[in-house]
Amino acid sequence: MTTREPVPFTQWDEPEGEWTLPGACPVRSNRTLMLEAAARFLFPTVLVFSVYLLIVGHYAPGGGFPGGLVAGLAFVLRYIAGGESEGAEIGSRFVVRPPVLMGLGLLVAVVSALAPVAFGAPVLASAKVTFEIPLVGTVDLVSSLLIDIGVYLLIIGVVLDLLRSLGSGIERDAREAAGEEAGP
Amino acid sequence: MSTLVTLPVLLPILGAALTVLAARSARTQRLIGIVVLAAVSVVAAVLLVAADRTGPVVAELGGWPAPVGIVLVADRLSALLLLISTVVTLAVLVYAIGQRISDYGRETASTTFHPIFLLLSTGVSLAYLTGDLFSLFVAFEIMLAASYVLITRRTNASRIRSGMTYVIISLTSSLLFLTTIALVYAATGTVNLADLAGRVAALPEGLRTLLSMLTIVTFGIKAAMVPLHFWLPDSYPNAPAPVTALFAGLLTKVGVYALLRTQTLVFPGTGPSAVLLVLAVLTMVVGALGALAQDDLNRLLSFLLVSHIGFMLFGLAVYDARGAAGTALYIVHHITVQATLFLVSGLITRRTGTVSIEAMGGLARRAPVLAVLFAIPALTLAGIPPTSGFVAKLALLQAGATGGAATAVVAGFVVLASLLTLYAMVRVWVRVFWGTEKEPLSDDDPTDELVVGTARASRPMYAATVALVAVSIAIAVAAGPLSAVTEKAGADLMARTPYVEAVLG
Repeated sequence: MTTREPVPFTQWDEPEGEWTLPGACPVRSNRTLMLEAAARFLFPTVLVFSVYLLIVGHYAPGGGFPGGLVAGLAFVLRYIAGGESEGAEIGSRFVVRPPVLMGLGLLVAVVSALAPVAFGAPVLASAKVTFEIPLVGTVDLVSSLLIDIGVYLLIIGVVLDLLRSLGSGIERDAREAAGEEAGP
Repeated sequence: MSTLVTLPVLLPILGAALTVLAARSARTQRLIGIVVLAAVSVVAAVLLVAADRTGPVVAELGGWPAPVGIVLVADRLSALLLLISTVVTLAVLVYAIGQRISDYGRETASTTFHPIFLLLSTGVSLAYLTGDLFSLFVAFEIMLAASYVLITRRTNASRIRSGMTYVIISLTSSLLFLTTIALVYAATGTVNLADLAGRVAALPEGLRTLLSMLTIVTFGIKAAMVPLHFWLPDSYPNAPAPVTALFAGLLTKVGVYALLRTQTLVFPGTGPSAVLLVLAVLTMVVGALGALAQDDLNRLLSFLLVSHIGFMLFGLAVYDARGAAGTALYIVHHITVQATLFLVSGLITRRTGTVSIEAMGGLARRAPVLAVLFAIPALTLAGIPPTSGFVAKLALLQAGATGGAATAVVAGFVVLASLLTLYAMVRVWVRVFWGTEKEPLSDDDPTDELVVGTARASRPMYAATVALVAVSIAIAVAAGPLSAVTEKAGADLMARTPYVEAVLG
């Protein structure tokens, strides 16, 4: 009697291509094509939209906090689409670790709050630069945008840290607990 | 000068950002924390001198004048409390660093402890300095959010459970505070304290009483005023010693400060307040009697903390310049001594391995330094002359004696509660430091909260405790100039005009 190599169980709709980051989700049957494809297209779009919210925040609804949350949602979408491995990558693959992002955001915000003092203005004062861009129109840039950028970075850092500690961290704990029970 | 007022709030945030970025170097983190808090202490001292000489220092954020913009105000009271709070925070940080080196090793860096500790300091500074009700809410939230982290980290299930009580109570009081702010804004159209001072007077009597009572309940929960104190003895003792010391020293006192500020500036009364007098008596007596029933050293100290909140309420309830001055002086004394006692309790616990008073004994012979370090703040808390406690209590008793018949009666309760405090402290002394020597207990059962196991205490922990004892002695030595400042602060609070004119111009 000959033993055959076990044929991996496949289904017709199992995704073949690399829709998310290369190497994501090694277990192919755990992948969902729809979500992965959608995440692939939505991720940059949502990020651009978050930057839009960040910039218009001075005059219209938006600002650093909503912008940061929307950008964070883009990462949440990736995490859900990419599953476990994507979660682990949030901790390891990014060049900038989430706490550093948080610290950087806080630093930018505090420094831009104190910066006006160097120009003889009160703390948290803001200056405005208005210039014309052809086809776009008049653009107002306000120095308090820097504080918003700080908050934006801070919020992204917080969301990534949550994904790392509460997302993939809990999955890892669950895996370890299951491994212990299966052991002797 | 106005930039200086913003530094106690901004520097700790800056420090928090830098300690997060320096998460890999424990040494850098420690250095940043100590440098930032030392700098804030210096700034607070400068502000105190400036406020004492030339009146309140006001910073209009972004150049927007009050009542539209947010203002930070450092008058005599807030600058003085800011100074003593920051000095105590610095000492506690040194102690905490020492404890972390003993427990986790010299190279253990953390992305949470140092940033969160500094954020807590930001919240405390903002609470003292802010000139509007909503920023006060933000300050409390920063402080509480940081305290949630400190009380529940590196801990076990039973401590998380008692931490949950703390979180839920604090969230409830925050909700109540937010509701109060909404009602105040709906009634007056402003949240600026100086502006409110003028507008609340125009409100109908009933509405004014309602808003005033709401703030008393809100800040009463935060200050652990009886009958809203029940959460405190269950949650504070479960945190590590430096965290408990910080919470006991600062957080409840910030609640008392908020009460003092709003009751004098926004809801001024005429003469002694019956409600506050009754609450003060209840707080003093219930806290002191509760302390007598405790076997756990930290719980005992927590009940004494509640009892002494009553002393501060009494000064406020007398409602004149002397009373307010007495409360201010008492807050200064109590922040120092209560933090010291919890730090000493941490040192005692590390030597005996237990927090149970019954299981300790004969410590005076084995650890004479510890005995001295405990005796001084214990006598200070009880108010034995010539300690700072005596100076502060004397100010309160004088206010009570001149305030009328009702306040004179309550002043009697102050003496009673002081005697009960002395009794509780003597009981601790006899059980813990005298008697037969008992062997230190090792921590065999981690779920047992009374036996926590012994540990080495490093040199910075002793240094920080000694420094705080020295501060409380210094308060007694400098009682003359200090009470001159608090008397002027009390007069400012009652007159209201210096604050209002400085803010609204």
